[in-house]
Amino acid sequence: MTMVHIQGEDKGNIVLYALSTCVWCKKTKKLLTELGVDFHYVYVDLLEEDEKEKILDVMKIHNPVCSFPTLVIDDKTCIIGYNEGRIREVLGK
Amino acid sequence: MKEIIETGTDELYAHLNKEAEEAGYHLNPDVEHAKNLVSGMLVNEKRYGYRACPCRLATGDKDDDLDIICPCDYRDQDVEEYGACYCGLYVSESVIEGEKNVAPMPERRKPLEERKRREQMPATISSLPFPMWRCRVCGYLCARDGPPGVCPICKAKAERFERFM
Repeated sequence: MTMVHIQGEDKGNIVLYALSTCVWCKKTKKLLTELGVDFHYVYVDLLEEDEKEKILDVMKIHNPVCSFPTLVIDDKTCIIGYNEGRIREVLGK
Repeated sequence: MKEIIETGTDELYAHLNKEAEEAGYHLNPDVEHAKNLVSGMLVNEKRYGYRACPCRLATGDKDDDLDIICPCDYRDQDVEEYGACYCGLYVSESVIEGEKNVAPMPERRKPLEERKRREQMPATISSLPFPMWRCRVCGYLCARDGPPGVCPICKAKAERFERFM
């Protein structure tokens, strides 16, 4: 998988599914960076078709609509869209 | 982190802003936010050949993506209900006036299979002297042999019209 790793404080396994053109995705990525947490992100729109399909299949488990940004924490908590309050709450920041 | 802004962003932003104001719509007063979106639209235009919503994943098949070419089919409803369209390029009058804030919103677009199913159920009244055409973007209706080249209200192209009756 083409995930980019941003190093930071361990707050669990945080994965951000994003689009390179999406402003809400940029804001979410910026917030996570500012919070200083360890996370992985992937720009789904930049992936090759077969890889895109694989990632979307994983995304669908958490967010069947496959909208962006989708933030998944420890494979169980899913935050859809740029929701600063909810992200801070879940990450205890 | 410096944003990479596509060439032509300022020009397209100015054009869209003028067109929006003339038709009673408003671009997001957060100009940086709006220009980032316009830049994303230009990236998509280069990549897919059309200005797909920068906050949605386009397929690259124009027929499947017609509903998310900006302005999308869902703009007016989202602006009315949440104060902004899905990506936040367009906002409502009350957001401009500062009476309301933009609320986070769910994706209104249905999955492809469901969208296809809906397209297959047009209403018909065979006694009408002309067929009726509906602009999927703003709801404008007209009765004539074919849709207009450009919607006189929201400037959407003819391909965004559907046979309504």
